[in-house]
Amino acid sequence: MTPVATSFFFYLLASATVLGGLLVITCRSAVRSALALIVTLLAVAGLYLMLYASFVAGAEVLVYAGGIMVLFLLAIMFTWTGVSPNEPRFLGVAWIGIPSGCALLAFLIFAFVKGRELFPDRMIALGEESNTQQIASLLYGEPGRTGSYTFAFEIASLLLLVAILGAVVKVSGRGVAGPVSAVESQETRPSPGI
Amino acid sequence: MLNSLMSYLGSTLSPGAAGNQLWALIYVVFVFMGVSAASIALYWIEHSAGSAPCPAAADGISNRETRFVFWIAPIMGLLAAFAAYAVIPFGPSQAVTDVNIGALLILGVLSLNVLSILLSGCVPNSRGALLTALLSGARMVLFQVPIGLVAVAAILMTSLNESGTGTLSMIGIVQAQEDQGTWFLFKFFPIGLIAFVVFVIGMVAQTKRERLAVAAERPSDAGAQNEYDGLRRLLLIFGEYAAMIAVSSVAVTLWLGGWLRPFASQLSAPSWENIFSLFPGFTFLLLTAILLVMTVRGGSPSRPRRTQLAVVAALFGLIAALLFMIAVAGRSSDRHILASLRENVNYLYWFAAKVAILLSIILYYRSARSRNRFGRYFDQSTRLAWKILVPISLAVLALTAIVGLKHETWDQAKQLLRMRS
Repeated sequence: MTPVATSFFFYLLASATVLGGLLVITCRSAVRSALALIVTLLAVAGLYLMLYASFVAGAEVLVYAGGIMVLFLLAIMFTWTGVSPNEPRFLGVAWIGIPSGCALLAFLIFAFVKGRELFPDRMIALGEESNTQQIASLLYGEPGRTGSYTFAFEIASLLLLVAILGAVVKVSGRGVAGPVSAVESQETRPSPGI
Repeated sequence: MLNSLMSYLGSTLSPGAAGNQLWALIYVVFVFMGVSAASIALYWIEHSAGSAPCPAAADGISNRETRFVFWIAPIMGLLAAFAAYAVIPFGPSQAVTDVNIGALLILGVLSLNVLSILLSGCVPNSRGALLTALLSGARMVLFQVPIGLVAVAAILMTSLNESGTGTLSMIGIVQAQEDQGTWFLFKFFPIGLIAFVVFVIGMVAQTKRERLAVAAERPSDAGAQNEYDGLRRLLLIFGEYAAMIAVSSVAVTLWLGGWLRPFASQLSAPSWENIFSLFPGFTFLLLTAILLVMTVRGGSPSRPRRTQLAVVAALFGLIAALLFMIAVAGRSSDRHILASLRENVNYLYWFAAKVAILLSIILYYRSARSRNRFGRYFDQSTRLAWKILVPISLAVLALTAIVGLKHETWDQAKQLLRMRS
């Protein structure tokens, strides 16, 4: 299948990404910032699709936009106080934010200039159809051969398992008296307005 | 333009895969119209039509700050539900497009629905709306875990072929069922069935929000939806039904063989093919008969209503006659266009019939237990998801892998034996 209007879609998605990123830090309301972040994540997923990395795009939508942003929104809503117009738009950390942003930009430009040969000067023929299968064979290997990243993948999954178990132990309250009694006391007391 | 319109006809690829934007657009319009009609029908079945919110009614939100989030919530749910239809296959080439990651994409896009529900609770000074939105959002996230696990089990089943590679493409999943000669519902007998049941339970719990009729009795049950009125409420309900149909279509694709007709591999003789192709006509004939009976001895005595019923019955009868004509005339393969038309009608019919059966089961359940345990009691649904469904789905996944591996080695051993002898 021949690509259609590639540059148009690239600039559309790229501008959506940058615009969303700007809105994340300039919006006063936390909910709107979260929405802008969702736009950014979906646009990045679109960019992955344009690079024929369809599996990564799907994982981006599923994990970041559908999973992590839901957690963000849950956290925001649990602590939501609405928008107060008197609040300053930015925290006073520009003196550290601007230099570090410039440093990152300089690093990226440096990497682009120095590592010119890393960037292809023409379109690479990518396996659009077999992208997912290629990822699978890298991660899990093929019959008779372990993949290049099998070990790292297993370690990452072990890490996630430990994190899940830790979360379960933390909220189950067994052996830890603090959080449970706090929850119970909050249930009996009428909570202040949201 | 006419050339590009005609050049696609007779293609065996979906328009997206063939790179034909015009036909992709036509398919999108068709899918949109079909889903809209189905949503309206579902709404009419579930509620009395009089209770539909008036689109022009205003809701009480005038705050400029919250207005934006308030508008975006129902639209987001609607977009998420409709984005899923891009990859749902209604036939081997009757999908808007076929992407390599279809199942993953659908699960991801449908999980965006949670965001819409959460956002709909962001109403200031309404603690009830906020809390119910949080609870129903959390409930949806909860049931995504078993749904995702059993979907992986179905995808694992697609890899039981000679090359040993599975597929995530929705069309590929149905084709795998065609190649293996069985729906995944009956694959490794109890395992596929259990996976399907887990998926359906999760699906009902996920798409379940309180019905409007119940909401009117007890406003606190409806939660966030109650803050909406007018057009936005309509959009919210529309998105809910569209998501319901989308998830049912996914279930049909993953386990019920998508567009395949029943007993496609067991009764594959041409005469059986002819008999099964009469089913669409008979369905519409049955509907006509029901409507005619309703017209003659129906409950409503008013004359205009009877005329309406009679007109609809006549319309259905015409459709039935048309379908019979297509089924009979398309029998001989020398009349090419009619034959392919008959084939396509069959694909669409079987897909729609399966989705309709699944939906009617869900609707029956929703009306029988209008205040169901999933919806009402958060602790119960949490227990159901974490303590029952997640272990079952993990077991299903592991068993599928084990049995599939055994199956494969068994086949290899048989091949080896055959080579030796």
